[in-house]
Amino acid sequence: MKWVPDAEAPDAPPAPPDVTGLAVEGLVRGQPATEDIDAFLASHDVPVVEGARVTFLFRGRADQVHLRHWVYGLPSASPLHRIQGTDLWYDVLELPEGSRVEYKLEVINGRDVQWIQDPLNQRTAHDPFGANSVCHGAGYEVPEWTQPDPAAREGTLEDRVFHSSALGGSRRVTIYRPARFRETRRYPLLLVHDGGDYLRFSGLKTVLDNLIHRLEVPGLIAALMHPPDRMEQYRASEAHGHYLTEELVPQLESELPLIGRPEGRCLMGASLGAVASLATAVKTPGFYGRLLLQSGSFAFSDIGSHRRGPVFDPIADFVNRYRRQPTRVAEKVFVSCGIYESLIYENRSLVPLLQQTGMEVRFVEARDGHNWENWRDRLREGLSWLFPGPLWLVYE
Amino acid sequence: MVLLGPQRAAPDVGRVVRELVGDAPVALVTAGWQEWEEDDAWLKGEVGSGAFNLGLYARAQRVAEVDRELTAAHRELQSRIRELRRTYNLRLAPAMKAWIDLSALAGTPEVVGPELADALAVVRSLDRHHAGRLQELRSAYYQRFDPHNRPSIAQQRDELRRALEAVAAVVVEGGHVPALVNRLRMFGVGELLAGKVVVACSGGAMALSPRIVLFHDSPPWGPGHAEMGDVGLCLYSGVLVFPDGSRRLRLEDPGRVARLALRFGPEPCVVLDPGTRLDFDGAWRSPGSVRLTEAGTMAQWRGAA
Repeated sequence: MKWVPDAEAPDAPPAPPDVTGLAVEGLVRGQPATEDIDAFLASHDVPVVEGARVTFLFRGRADQVHLRHWVYGLPSASPLHRIQGTDLWYDVLELPEGSRVEYKLEVINGRDVQWIQDPLNQRTAHDPFGANSVCHGAGYEVPEWTQPDPAAREGTLEDRVFHSSALGGSRRVTIYRPARFRETRRYPLLLVHDGGDYLRFSGLKTVLDNLIHRLEVPGLIAALMHPPDRMEQYRASEAHGHYLTEELVPQLESELPLIGRPEGRCLMGASLGAVASLATAVKTPGFYGRLLLQSGSFAFSDIGSHRRGPVFDPIADFVNRYRRQPTRVAEKVFVSCGIYESLIYENRSLVPLLQQTGMEVRFVEARDGHNWENWRDRLREGLSWLFPGPLWLVYE
Repeated sequence: MVLLGPQRAAPDVGRVVRELVGDAPVALVTAGWQEWEEDDAWLKGEVGSGAFNLGLYARAQRVAEVDRELTAAHRELQSRIRELRRTYNLRLAPAMKAWIDLSALAGTPEVVGPELADALAVVRSLDRHHAGRLQELRSAYYQRFDPHNRPSIAQQRDELRRALEAVAAVVVEGGHVPALVNRLRMFGVGELLAGKVVVACSGGAMALSPRIVLFHDSPPWGPGHAEMGDVGLCLYSGVLVFPDGSRRLRLEDPGRVARLALRFGPEPCVVLDPGTRLDFDGAWRSPGSVRLTEAGTMAQWRGAA
């Protein structure tokens, strides 16, 4: 007898979700007039969050509407149900406390299929591919330290171009200097993969300004990298590691007042940027004392296949090698990952390997996905753990 | 001696200085601001533009440039102090956890009570031990290098002595407390302040005390246990101040408040918020500050002998 996995079972029409006790119950069970729906939408934030149950709504003409979210483990498309006799569609999702979910609505009219931001929800998050709607589950709040603080002095950004023999060309790097920068101090260096995206989508400058102002991290200098082809440069590439360790860091340390020791050097990145960070550190153990790895694409294939396509083969080769022979490459490593992303498996697998080498490892999971605001929200804990600021020592 | 709260948001140091010494000359210590020591225009605006900054941070930099042997020894001392702090925190964390866990235990009072008291005694003993070890390290350094009598420092001390002879009051501002204490110690400023009116603000008040307790109840990670930071200059006693306590402490949490009072008592643990003023003239007087109580509440504190 052939085993048929659930995903291949014949589709059954999904049952409408239970709305008992929810705000939308009256609309679903009644026969609401247009004015009733208008009044409901005017008096509720959408999605409607009621404890762990979240009601998504769409209003408009459509043959079908699906909720397209990026919660790994749930079906990626969840159908909305039309309230009979109306143009209002709804679905209910269970979201644990503190969840943050990015989503779009798939609206189907005949052969026309469109993925759109939720017109009833003004909350959006941006990434290099555009923008998604965002649902804040119960208990999630945008951390206040991610928002501009008028009291925080601002650091500065300066664009520089560095020539790289290793990469064969020039590379743009944005240098962040903290407020009240002094040539006479010695600063830690934070090397940020995808620095432009961290600036645009994670508000990295605001975060650094705030955390430094609050003394939670020391004043630091960040080198924000803008790779022209990250898919090539960040896949555990020899050339990238050479560029950083042999070219960029020495030049920065000769020109800027940097600590210039392992405990003052941190490699940071998300997704492929985390792979590039770890791979670079592995090539020169002990040169970088700190690593901040967010949702690393640490695909491996020493057990089965990595199922992520051939583009990930060089990464799997690197991770397989590291899994066979994990080595101590830094002093402290901060690892974070969202539990709603498929990479949680790979990241959870990596953590004990890092720990067994004797490195100090802090691993944080969040009820969030593979996105820039998840990475933003973890920066306070990660940066302040890797580079503790003088919070305990300064009393002004 | 007058202790004041943080000055940046709502300065009252100028008014207090004028009340105490009129328009007499005033010296400033802003070494806690480290490289920004000279950014003192706003402070001079408060206490009078004629105020003279003792420039302890810059003087220490000059000593570092000319006395390499002492600088190397001082760096080694600082490195050992940091190492000692790490070991202290490794021991403090489980001791605090045991004490907190026992506090939450709903057991038989005759059984749990003595264990709870002993858990607190362990924490207090660890704090005393750490303070003692810090003094040991520092004493060894002072005995070996006799820094005050080295030419590099003796010259600076002479200049400071002359400068201080001309002033009636000294304002010691806060900032990075270990950096401030180091510079005050390096030049033996404590002895030079004898007979002067001293107005110490925020971290400056911590630096002059017998015990420097480092605290923050809401750090970005970790439980936020207060630390025995160091022994201060001991220019006063009888009170332990918590600068900016309303912001840095979770005063609404009775457990945390009670633990601070129990751990660091019997000296009154007094919140030194902006606008708070404590006067010492043989006895402490305060127009109305608040102290932490062992019951976990806040109580008015008007001073003590």
